[in-house]
Amino acid sequence: MTGFPLISLLTLVPFIGAVLVIGIDPERRKLARWLALGFSFAGLALALVLWGRFDSASGSLQLEERHLWIPTLGVQYHVGVDGLGLLMVLLSAIVVPMAMLASWNIEDRVPIYFSLVLFLQAGLFGTFTALNFFHWFIFWELSLIPAFFLIKLWGGPLRAPAATQFFIYTMAGSVALLLVFLALFLAAGTFDFLQLADLGRKGALIPLLSAKLGWHDLTTRGLALALFAGAFFGFAVKVPLMPFHTWLPAAYTEAPTGTTMLLTGLMSKMGVYGFLRILLPIFPGEVHRMLTPLLWLTVITIICSASAAFAQRDLKRMLAYSSINHLGYCLLGLLAVMSSSRMAAVPAVEKAAALNGVFLQMFNHGLTAATLFWFVGCLEARSGGARGLHDFGGLRKVAPVFCGLMGIALFSSLGLPGLNGFIGEFLIFKGAFPLVTWATALSVIGLLVTAIFILTILQRVFHGPLNERWSRLPDLTLVERFTVLPAIGLMFVLGIYPQALLGVINSTVVRMVEQLTF
Amino acid sequence: MTGAGYMELLKLVAPESIMVLTVLGVLAADLWGLRGEELPFRRSMGAIISCSGCAGAIGWMLVAPQQANFAEGILVVDPLTQLVKVALLVLTVCAILITVDTDFTPHTGEYFALILLAAVGMMFLVSSEDILMIFISLELTSLSLYILTAFNKRQAKSAEAALKYFLFGGMAAAFTLFGLSLLYGFSGSTSLGGIADAIKGPRLDPLLVAAIVMTLIGFGFKVAAVPFHLWAPDVYEGAPAPSAAFIASGSKVAGLVVLAKVVMIGFKGAEGSAAWHGYLPGWVPVLAVLAGASMVVGNLAAIAQTSVRRLLAYSAIAHAGYMLLGVLGHDGQSLAALIYYVITYALTTLGAFGVVAVVQERVGGDRLSDFAGLSRRAPFLSFCMLVFMLSLAGIPPLAGFFGKFYVFAAALNSDPKNLGLLWLVIVALGMSAVSLYYYLRVLKQIYVAEPAADAIPVRASVLSRVVLALLSLAVVVLGCAPNLLIDKLVQAIRLAGF
Repeated sequence: MTGFPLISLLTLVPFIGAVLVIGIDPERRKLARWLALGFSFAGLALALVLWGRFDSASGSLQLEERHLWIPTLGVQYHVGVDGLGLLMVLLSAIVVPMAMLASWNIEDRVPIYFSLVLFLQAGLFGTFTALNFFHWFIFWELSLIPAFFLIKLWGGPLRAPAATQFFIYTMAGSVALLLVFLALFLAAGTFDFLQLADLGRKGALIPLLSAKLGWHDLTTRGLALALFAGAFFGFAVKVPLMPFHTWLPAAYTEAPTGTTMLLTGLMSKMGVYGFLRILLPIFPGEVHRMLTPLLWLTVITIICSASAAFAQRDLKRMLAYSSINHLGYCLLGLLAVMSSSRMAAVPAVEKAAALNGVFLQMFNHGLTAATLFWFVGCLEARSGGARGLHDFGGLRKVAPVFCGLMGIALFSSLGLPGLNGFIGEFLIFKGAFPLVTWATALSVIGLLVTAIFILTILQRVFHGPLNERWSRLPDLTLVERFTVLPAIGLMFVLGIYPQALLGVINSTVVRMVEQLTF
Repeated sequence: MTGAGYMELLKLVAPESIMVLTVLGVLAADLWGLRGEELPFRRSMGAIISCSGCAGAIGWMLVAPQQANFAEGILVVDPLTQLVKVALLVLTVCAILITVDTDFTPHTGEYFALILLAAVGMMFLVSSEDILMIFISLELTSLSLYILTAFNKRQAKSAEAALKYFLFGGMAAAFTLFGLSLLYGFSGSTSLGGIADAIKGPRLDPLLVAAIVMTLIGFGFKVAAVPFHLWAPDVYEGAPAPSAAFIASGSKVAGLVVLAKVVMIGFKGAEGSAAWHGYLPGWVPVLAVLAGASMVVGNLAAIAQTSVRRLLAYSAIAHAGYMLLGVLGHDGQSLAALIYYVITYALTTLGAFGVVAVVQERVGGDRLSDFAGLSRRAPFLSFCMLVFMLSLAGIPPLAGFFGKFYVFAAALNSDPKNLGLLWLVIVALGMSAVSLYYYLRVLKQIYVAEPAADAIPVRASVLSRVVLALLSLAVVVLGCAPNLLIDKLVQAIRLAGF
C-alpha cells in the first residue's frame, strides 16, 4: 500500500500529455505528433516498469493504492493490478503508440486528434487498474467520449451515423451499469470491487438485497437477476456479443485506421475485462443460472460473426466481424470456467487452461487485430480508399514485404501454430471441451469458417493475376516497416514462447479459478 | 418584546442588516459622490462597495456562527442556512463582478442596490420556516429580479422579458399566496412545523391537496420547472447578462432550498408516493410530475436552440428537473445531494453566463455561430466554457458529474424497499445522455468550427478572466474533492435535524 504511486502516475502521464497537446497551436502539427508519441512511449515505459515491479508468483492484487475520497458515499480511490490488469495495461501501452503512428498522416486538427488519443489511453489505463466502481466508471466514460469524437470528426463518409450509433449503444450500456452499481451500493454500502466480489462469492449479496432493496412484486432472486442482466448488457455491448453488436461494423469501418486499432485492440477488451473483473466475481450464482442461454449467445456470436465476415466484400468489415468472432472465444472460455462446478471430477487444470487461454486470447487478439487494421489502413491510403475484397489481386508481385508481413498477421488471426493466435485459442478449446462439450464442439464451426475467409483474403488480395490498377502500388516504406516489425516480432515470440505471458498471468488465473468456484 | 429580545434579533439578522446598509451605501455613494465621474469608474466603485458589503456579511457568518430559532421559525439560523447564505453571497459577488465589464446602463448605483436587495430577499428566504416570512422574502427577491431583468432600457427585448417574467411571476405568486392562505386556514398556524402538525392524518383532505398544489406552483415558477417555465427562455435571453446570470444561479439556489424546506418540514406526513403502480396523493407525485416534465421538455427543447442563452435557459429547466429529484428523496442525504447540486450548478451556470457576457459584449450576439472558432480567438475563454459545458453535461471528474451521481443515488436510497423513484432516475439518466448532445454542439462551434473571415479576437478584461478562472477552478476542485463541501453539508444537515 505504501510506496511510490506507480499506477496513479501511469494514468496521470497520458492525461497530462492530453492536456498539453490540446493546447498546442493547430499549425504546429509536427510538435503535436511528436509530443503525443513521446507521452505514449512514456506510458509504455511506465507499463514496463510496472511489469518489472510486479511479482508474478503472487496472483493477488499488487501495488495497491488506497485513499479515502468521498467517505459519505463509500468511495475510495483504490487501484491495483493483478496479472489480468497488468496484461491489459501492457497491451494498451503497446497498441496506443502503434495507433498514433498509424494516424501520422492525419493533417486536420492534429493536436485535438492526438490529445483525444491520449485521453483515451488515460481512460484505458484507469479502467484496467481501478478497483472502486466510482472512478472505474469515470475512466470507463472517459474512454468512450474521445472514441466518439475520433469517429465523428475524422471518420469516413458515413461517420456521423456510425458515431451516433456507437455512442447510443455504449451510453445505454453505461447507464445500465450505473444503475446496477447504485443498487449494489444501496444494498451493500460499498463500491469496492473486491468487497462486492467477496460478498458475491459467499452468496451474501442476495440476503443483503432482500433486506435493503425491493421493486414491487419482484422476488429477490429476480432482482439479483435483473441487476446481473443490467451489468451483462453493459459489458456485452462493449465486447460485443450478438445481438448487441450492430454498432460495431459501422464504427470499425468508418473510424480512421488509428481509431479502429484502438477500438478493436483495446476498447473491446474493456468488455471482456468487465466480465472477468466484475460480472463473474460479483454475480457467480446468476451466471451459473443463466449459463445455458449465455452459452447459446456465445455460440451464435462465434458462428454468425464468422459467417458474416465470410459474406462481406469490404476488408474492414470482414476484419470487424472477425473481431467479434475472436472475442466470442474469450467468452466461451470464461463461461466454461463458470460451468465447471457441477462436475467435481473436472480437474482445476482444465479451468485454468481455459482461463489462461482467455487472457492470452485477449492480448493476442488486441495485438493481431490492431496490426491487421493497420495493414488495411496502409492499403487504403495507397489505393485512394479502395478496400474491397475484389478490388485487388496479385499484390504479392508489387508489394512483397507488405504481403508477407500482412500474411503473417492474417495467419496469426487464423490461429496457425507457431504464431500467437494459436496458443490462446488452443488453450480455450482444450479447457472448454471437457467443461461445455456441446458449445465447444459447435464453436469449432467458427474456427473453420474463419480459416476459410482468411484464406480467401490471402487469395483474392495477394495472389492471382495482378490487377493493372495497382501495378505501381508502393511497398511498405522504411518507417512503416519499423512501425509494424515489433508487432510481428511479438507475434512470433508469443507463438513460440507463450511462457513470457503465461508466467505473468498463471498465478492470477489459478487464484481466480479457486475463487470462482462456489 | 423586550429590548434584549431585539438585540438578540439584531444579532441574528446581522448579515442581512449589513447587506441592507450596503444597499443604502451604494445608493448614497452613487448619488452624492460619483455623479460626475466616468461610467466605468462608477461601476467599479459601486462593485467595490457592494462586494465589500457581501464580504462583510460572509465574514460575520464565518466568524460568529450562530444557532437559533427565533419566534417559532420566523427566523432560523443554523449552520445549514448559514452555509447556503454564504453560497448565495459568493454567487452575488460573482454576478456583481461580471457586471463591471458590461455596459448597458448609466444607473449603476440602482443596479447594484437591486442585486443586493434580491440577495437579501434570498437570504431571508432560506432562513425562514414561516409561510408569511417566506412569502415576503419571495416577493422581495422577485420584485428586485423583475427590475433587474428590465434594466437594459436600450433593448426592447429586455423590457419584453421583464414583462413576461412579471406577469407569470405575479400569477404564480397569487397562486402561492392562495395556497398558503388555505394552509393557514387549515392549520391556524403560519409556521411550517405547525402546518405539519395539523395535516398529519390517515388521509389527505381534498382542500389540503389543492393548497399543496397551489403552493407548489409558485415555487415551481421560481425554479423554472415545467409547466411554469415559459418565462425562463425569454428572461435568460433578454435580460442583461449579469441579471440573467444572477437569476440562473442565486435565484435557483434560494428557490430550491426553500422549496425543499417547505415540503420537507411543512408538508411532512403528506408525502404520498410517486412509485410506479403505487401512486398515493401527496406532494411527492406532484413534484415527480414536474421533475419528469422538466427533464424531458428542457432537454429536448434545448436541442433546437440556436441562441446560447436560450440553450442555457432550457438546460436550466432540465437541471431544475434533476434538482427536484433531490427534493423528492426527502431525507437528509437527499438534501445534502440537492444543496451540493444547486451550489455547483449555480457556479457553473454563472461561469457560462460570464463567458457569454464577454462574447456578447465584444461580438454583439449570442448565436451559436457567434461562438464559431472561439478557441482561436479567445483560448482562455474557450477553455473555461469547455469546463462549464462539460460540467453541465455531467462529465467526470467535474462537479456536475458528482452532483448528478449523488442526487440519483440519494433519490434511489430514499426508498430502497420500493425503488419508487427508479422510473424517474431512469428518465433522468436517459435525458442526461440527450443533454450531452447540445452541450457538445456549443463546444463543437467553439473548438471545431472555422471562425468567420472577419472575426476579431475576443479580449476579456483581467477581472473577468480572474472570475472565470476561479469559477472553473471551483468546478474542477469540487468535482474532484466533493468532500470539501459535502462533509460540511452533512454535518450541518444533521445539526438542523433532517
